[in-house]
Amino acid sequence: MSDLIEIRWHGRGGQGAKTASLLLADAAFNTGKYIQGFPEYGPERMGAPITAYNRISDSPITVHSNIYEPNYVVVVDDTLLDAVDVTAGLKPDGAIIINSTKDGDELRSHLKGYTGKVYRIDARKVSMETLGKYFPNTPMLAAIVKVSGIMSEEAFLEDMIGSFKHKFAKKPEVIDGNMKALEMALKEVTEV
Amino acid sequence: MGIRERLSGNEAAAIAMKQINPDVVAAFPITPSTEIPQYFSTFVSNGQVDTEFVAVESEHSAMSACIGAESAGARAMTATSANGLSLMWEMIYIASSLRLPIVMSLVNRAVSGPLNIHNDHSDAMGVRDAGWIMLFSENNQEAYDNLLMAHRIAEHKDVMLPLMVCQDGFITSHSIENIELLEDEKVKAFVGTYHPEHYLLNDKEPIAVGPLDLQAYLFEHKFQQGLAMKNAKKVIADVSKEFEALTGRKYEFFEKYKMDDAEQVIVCMNSTAGTAKAAVDELRAQGIKAGLLKIRMFRPFPAEEVATALKNAKSIAVLDKADSLNGAGGALFEDTISGMYVSNIHVPTVNYIYGIGGRDTTVNDIKKVYWDLQEISNTGNIGNPYRYLGLRG
Repeated sequence: MSDLIEIRWHGRGGQGAKTASLLLADAAFNTGKYIQGFPEYGPERMGAPITAYNRISDSPITVHSNIYEPNYVVVVDDTLLDAVDVTAGLKPDGAIIINSTKDGDELRSHLKGYTGKVYRIDARKVSMETLGKYFPNTPMLAAIVKVSGIMSEEAFLEDMIGSFKHKFAKKPEVIDGNMKALEMALKEVTEV
Repeated sequence: MGIRERLSGNEAAAIAMKQINPDVVAAFPITPSTEIPQYFSTFVSNGQVDTEFVAVESEHSAMSACIGAESAGARAMTATSANGLSLMWEMIYIASSLRLPIVMSLVNRAVSGPLNIHNDHSDAMGVRDAGWIMLFSENNQEAYDNLLMAHRIAEHKDVMLPLMVCQDGFITSHSIENIELLEDEKVKAFVGTYHPEHYLLNDKEPIAVGPLDLQAYLFEHKFQQGLAMKNAKKVIADVSKEFEALTGRKYEFFEKYKMDDAEQVIVCMNSTAGTAKAAVDELRAQGIKAGLLKIRMFRPFPAEEVATALKNAKSIAVLDKADSLNGAGGALFEDTISGMYVSNIHVPTVNYIYGIGGRDTTVNDIKKVYWDLQEISNTGNIGNPYRYLGLRG
């Protein structure tokens, strides 16, 4: 399974990291992949650190364990950088994507000497400009798609329209904002 | 050709129940199986099933309601986990002794205490002698498929026993994965309609259900229960073959993974088998003759068939996800080695207790077991047969 991509999400309860991992699994599934999307359940509560995972592959996935050596790590909240060992096991040829406004040097100083690529996105700015509220998971979802190249941006956006129509069937007014958040995030995420 | 989908294990179980469309579902929510009755109650309120959904006040009542419904002649289902199953305990035995083919989705979780919501098999092992057929499922697909086969097995006239389909709490119940679903009409045709031979609501044949059964008869009735469990083997094999013809998905008493020339063999159940397959693949690439025997049918236990399948191994490890706390190994280990002994097959075999309370089990953990087995094969020395995997020192 050399084509296997493993992703670990770090967020805080209520920020939607679990939902983002499930949406990513959905989007990858819709491009024909084999997928897993699962959270690590603990004593969930608003604000507590949570972890979620994705496996994405062209062939069936049989492993059922947490992910310890991910290709990519997504950090939905940069206050976690000091609380959680976010780069633990992260492959040097992979990347970490952090929701932050801090500069590259400062971010790297929290990453315990991680030598791989570091990407930053200001998900708060994207979310506030497109949704008017702070929902970091939508921009982070777009960021991981862009950085990992799991699927093309076009296929991703096309698929997400369908997902949002389903997810927000009872409040269609937020679909446009979420799509704009994805589009803006695809442009905003940058290597630092 | 089936429907390509992605569902969690709980969603898969709920969809299977929707397609089966039983007469009665009675359930009380408990983590990690809560979503099954939750989703199912949505199907009920949306009119997608005709089921009478009984939102009971406890699991004891859930099983009691299923017993009442099945006795009346209806098809009844439930779902639970861990302490929910514990609370059903009294009624679990009554369901099987009354020969009521109730079908349960058991999402395996550690039985308290101390309180733990995560996966192990202590709930299932607590009812292994209760007279229920027990099928274990590696992933969402198998949980779904086993449920679709469940009524055909349980309701067969040579069987008439309740059946539970197990899957690992959170690990598969809450993981979204690919799955292939059958079309509704195909499920309906496969599962068929339940025509009980004897039932309470038959006014042409008044019967008593569950009367006093003392020295003169209980022994014979227990013998008949045991006989039904033996009969279940052939029925499970037949129904599984029919299911394979319909779906292309092959199910046997157990799955043999790279067993043909295997020297080091692991025996285990549920999601760990998938992780073990990845370990086997990695070790095979290094020239190690690793193999896996994944038990699907735990009750009835295919003792003779398991023994035969293991006879050419050089060393065997049986992995138990519940500690029987008896100083003599876990339940699957005991069943496996007693089956081998009775068949006069003697291969060095050790037991590992693992994954208790949701302790994660990785590919590397499983590889360590195979390396231990190589050591046993090379030296012929079993050492301590009662081992632990992933226990902090």
